[in-house]
Amino acid sequence: MADMSIESITSQYMDVLAELGNIGAGNATTALASLLQSKVDMKVPQVRLLDFKDVGAIVGGEEQEIVGSYLGVEGDITGSILFLVKKDVAMHLVTKMMMGYASGEFGEMEQSAFKEISNIITGAYLNALSTMTNMCIYPTVPDLAVDMAGAILSVPAIQFGIYGDNVLLIQSQISDEIDIDGFFIMVPDIESYEKILRALGLVQ
Amino acid sequence: MVVKVGMADLNICAAPDSIITLGLGSCVGVVLWDPSTKVCGMVHVMLPDSTSISQNSNRAKFADTGMDDLLDKVLLAGASRNRLVAKIAGGAQMFTVNTKSPTLMIGARNVEAVKKKLSELRIKLLAEDTGDTYGRTVEFYPETGEYHIRAIGREGKII
Repeated sequence: MADMSIESITSQYMDVLAELGNIGAGNATTALASLLQSKVDMKVPQVRLLDFKDVGAIVGGEEQEIVGSYLGVEGDITGSILFLVKKDVAMHLVTKMMMGYASGEFGEMEQSAFKEISNIITGAYLNALSTMTNMCIYPTVPDLAVDMAGAILSVPAIQFGIYGDNVLLIQSQISDEIDIDGFFIMVPDIESYEKILRALGLVQ
Repeated sequence: MVVKVGMADLNICAAPDSIITLGLGSCVGVVLWDPSTKVCGMVHVMLPDSTSISQNSNRAKFADTGMDDLLDKVLLAGASRNRLVAKIAGGAQMFTVNTKSPTLMIGARNVEAVKKKLSELRIKLLAEDTGDTYGRTVEFYPETGEYHIRAIGREGKII
């Protein structure tokens, strides 16, 4: 294994995420537009490297109620993905997808619909990564949590916490009638970082 | 005044102030309290063990080093070593996905590590609200020793 500091992995990995963000968010926007059957606009997604203390603030505070969809990553690389949006945004998306049949509560049907949406969005990102690296990568079935932002974000924070005191995420901004801020956090297992970087020709 | 403790952070406080950490998930909020001087401290533990990880410079992140540092701080602030007691909360499992990843079980491992450290330090655990699958906001009042726990869609409780 090449001798790489965590800092160098992080800075190279940020470049990878920036590229992934562009392609992945483009794919996701197209897929979402066809699912919701409406016009969806996209801004250039941003890659953010956040201190632990600033992680909660990005989604409106640690106690902000959010919906998180957590998937394992398997295949040539392993790790996990967390896709999250504020609860009102999740409600907006599922209401639109269910064409008026949503109950107004975030119940079983709505959760199931949101899982479908998160499958499509995370699938779009993973396909982008798969194409970029020429690797076989696929997600597991997602698990949802509706809870405080701090609590949900503690999961990737702990995974990143093994390597340092930051969290890396892609913030994508799409909009139809409302602004849909989505956050995409991918945490490869440590040996998978190197595989990704090597596949992209960033390390020998 | 309310003293805020962030993720992988620790702080102290004395009555009549209170100390709070927002949105605990798999992390554990450990409080050490001296009921006589009404001095307390809280650490927001993220990981069980600093010795198994090379990136361990942030001592408040780990159960072992975080609680050592917290103990030093509350003693400096005037707490008495042999009067100290503890209350803990958090350590939830936020997601259940069928992967081999042991990190999803980290909540339970954090709670276990905190309890082990407390017994090493010979500090009595007075009360706990740990495990389960939901996030908690926790606030400790050193005046009364009450540890208030709030969660979304659940009744608040006091331990």
